[in-house]
Amino acid sequence: MSKDNHLGFRNEVFRRRCRYMLVFAILIVAFFTITVLNINTGSVNMPVPNIFKALFLREGTEREMDIIWHIRLPRIIMAAVLGGALSLSGFLLQTFFENPIAGPYVLGISSGAKMVVALVMIVGLKYAYTLSSYSLIIAAFVGSLLSTGFILLVARRIKNMAALLVAGIMIGYICSAVTDFTVTFASDSDIVNLHNWSLGSFSGMSWSNVQVGIIVVGITTILTMAMSKPIGAFQLGEAYAQSMGVNIKIFRVLLILLSSMLSACVTAFAGPISFVGIAVPFIAKGSLGTSKPLVVIPGAFICGAVFCMLCDLIARTAFAPVELSISTVTSIFGAPIVIYMMIRKRSRI
Amino acid sequence: MSENFFEINKLSVGYNKKALIEDICFDIKRGEIVTLIGPNGAGKSTILKSITRQLEIINGNVVLDGGNLKDLSFKELAVKMAVVLTERIKTELMTCYDIVATGRYPYTGRLGILSYEDQEKVEAALAAVHATELGGRDFSAISDGQRQRVLLARAICQEPDAIILDEPTSFLDVKYKLELLSILRGMAKENNITVIMSLHEIDLAQKISDKIVCVKGDRIYRYGKPEEIFDEETIRGLYEIDNGFFDPLYGSIELPRPEGEPKTMVISSSGKGIKTYRMLQKENTPFIAGILYPGDTDYQLARLLATEIIEEKPFCGISESAMEKARAAMKRCDRVIYAGADIGTYNKEILDLVEEARKEGKLEEY
Repeated sequence: MSKDNHLGFRNEVFRRRCRYMLVFAILIVAFFTITVLNINTGSVNMPVPNIFKALFLREGTEREMDIIWHIRLPRIIMAAVLGGALSLSGFLLQTFFENPIAGPYVLGISSGAKMVVALVMIVGLKYAYTLSSYSLIIAAFVGSLLSTGFILLVARRIKNMAALLVAGIMIGYICSAVTDFTVTFASDSDIVNLHNWSLGSFSGMSWSNVQVGIIVVGITTILTMAMSKPIGAFQLGEAYAQSMGVNIKIFRVLLILLSSMLSACVTAFAGPISFVGIAVPFIAKGSLGTSKPLVVIPGAFICGAVFCMLCDLIARTAFAPVELSISTVTSIFGAPIVIYMMIRKRSRI
Repeated sequence: MSENFFEINKLSVGYNKKALIEDICFDIKRGEIVTLIGPNGAGKSTILKSITRQLEIINGNVVLDGGNLKDLSFKELAVKMAVVLTERIKTELMTCYDIVATGRYPYTGRLGILSYEDQEKVEAALAAVHATELGGRDFSAISDGQRQRVLLARAICQEPDAIILDEPTSFLDVKYKLELLSILRGMAKENNITVIMSLHEIDLAQKISDKIVCVKGDRIYRYGKPEEIFDEETIRGLYEIDNGFFDPLYGSIELPRPEGEPKTMVISSSGKGIKTYRMLQKENTPFIAGILYPGDTDYQLARLLATEIIEEKPFCGISESAMEKARAAMKRCDRVIYAGADIGTYNKEILDLVEEARKEGKLEEY
């Protein structure tokens, strides 16, 4: 009998690996398909052969080259990188708060980041012409930590998950109010920029943005991957994680820093984006059939990239030439998924 | 290496720097089973949390395997000690196999990938708690009893020197309780693993433990071998029982005896009266039991439940004085229940007594 079970477990491991590979294969195919589709569609349609020529051979009309290399490609890459970052940030927060509907947006972390970035933009633009990407990320990071700190204070006193979410939503409102207040009294030229950004959009990304985004998100993601072992232990709760040898105090700080950095990066470049952080990790875990961080972290990242690229495509093209804010689209797809999640797991939240 | 695996010296434990229990001192040898008992909220969990470093120790120290607990890193601690906690864990898409595999944490590499050897150990741990068939099931979809076994397998899989369990038997039915405790017993005696746990069931604590720690108030109330601890006085004092009895011999608990003037007499021996005693107890009818020899099974229970016992010295024939007492008792009673008895050469007078009751029309036979 034990031999049968032995084989049973081996088969199970094999079956799981196959599933992981299948899901990753689908995600990668989807990723490239949407990339091409994204470059292809827009106010100027680009035939597919021309896209490949422009991308790999750097051949094409000046206009085609300009659209691809200066407008669409940086935007697509940013949508992918930031979408992945957002989804990963959500996954980390869900692990941290042991709550499947935690995310940077609902917990008010994005709003905190937005507030500080808005303040820095308005004050900063008075004294300097431009602000570097890094300074915006730092501002957003400070804002994220501010909100997170507040949430942690609440979480310390109240163990109730619903109350935690309410606290998050409230701090979100407070931060948004402060942002709106600042925007109202800002000079006109600042507002145009600020208004677009504060609604959330991937438009107007430059290559220097892309560079900074890739570096920051890349490093943070690699660090997160390196922490997948303690994250896995933490999924059994703090006490068990500690008994397995995780230094909880250090781990908690690292987790908060990483998730804040990821969501800060997103907010700094694209403004607050809703629901991606909750809905995408849920889809990733469900389709992979596991919550093992080593598998879910890359899975959620790619899934978030695909999701945001798709949403951006819709935001760009659905009512062209008018562009929707990215949150409008992510909410339409994300919110129903979150509601579905809550119905399915109502007993466990 | 000293003989003591755990040395707890003048330990104070509590929350937020405020000591709840002070001056805790006891030593635990390798392979011993030590059980903490005491009323709800006495601080059993607080002590367990402190010796597993989930709570900061307020005063005193704990020496674990020759080293001070405070100086050990969490990593070093993880290979010495594993825990099974009361708090329920929320898992998502994790099979029982995955849960048990987390026990390998201190032994796997940077990314926590299980080696072939690790996988074998996970399977062995599942087999040790008879949960092999649960391996592929989702942890959130199994019963409490099954979960507790899987969590124990997780602790075993961590290959610790000691396992600390906080109320491992809550939520379990009798079958699983016994199974869990016999697994622990086996581990302690065969693999020399030290087991420290808290239990609510004092009867089970008495039967499984090598040492008992009674926790009550701000001190350790008693500490010692079960033989020393389990007398009626200690248990009644520990739990402040004034509405029932604890039978130290069998570790059973009885409700208080019915109050009032007894109008019923039960004649029986050799355990045949137990059912009747219990029935009368439930009806709240006070009764006299007799004629019993101390040491008779009926006597053990009658001691706790009967208002009065008419007894005779062991292995002696029933004397006239005992018969007189019995007749006097019978007179006071309205009914006499004969629940059956083993009759031999020494106690055939019992039948005479039954006959007399019949004549008086008081006899009820069961």
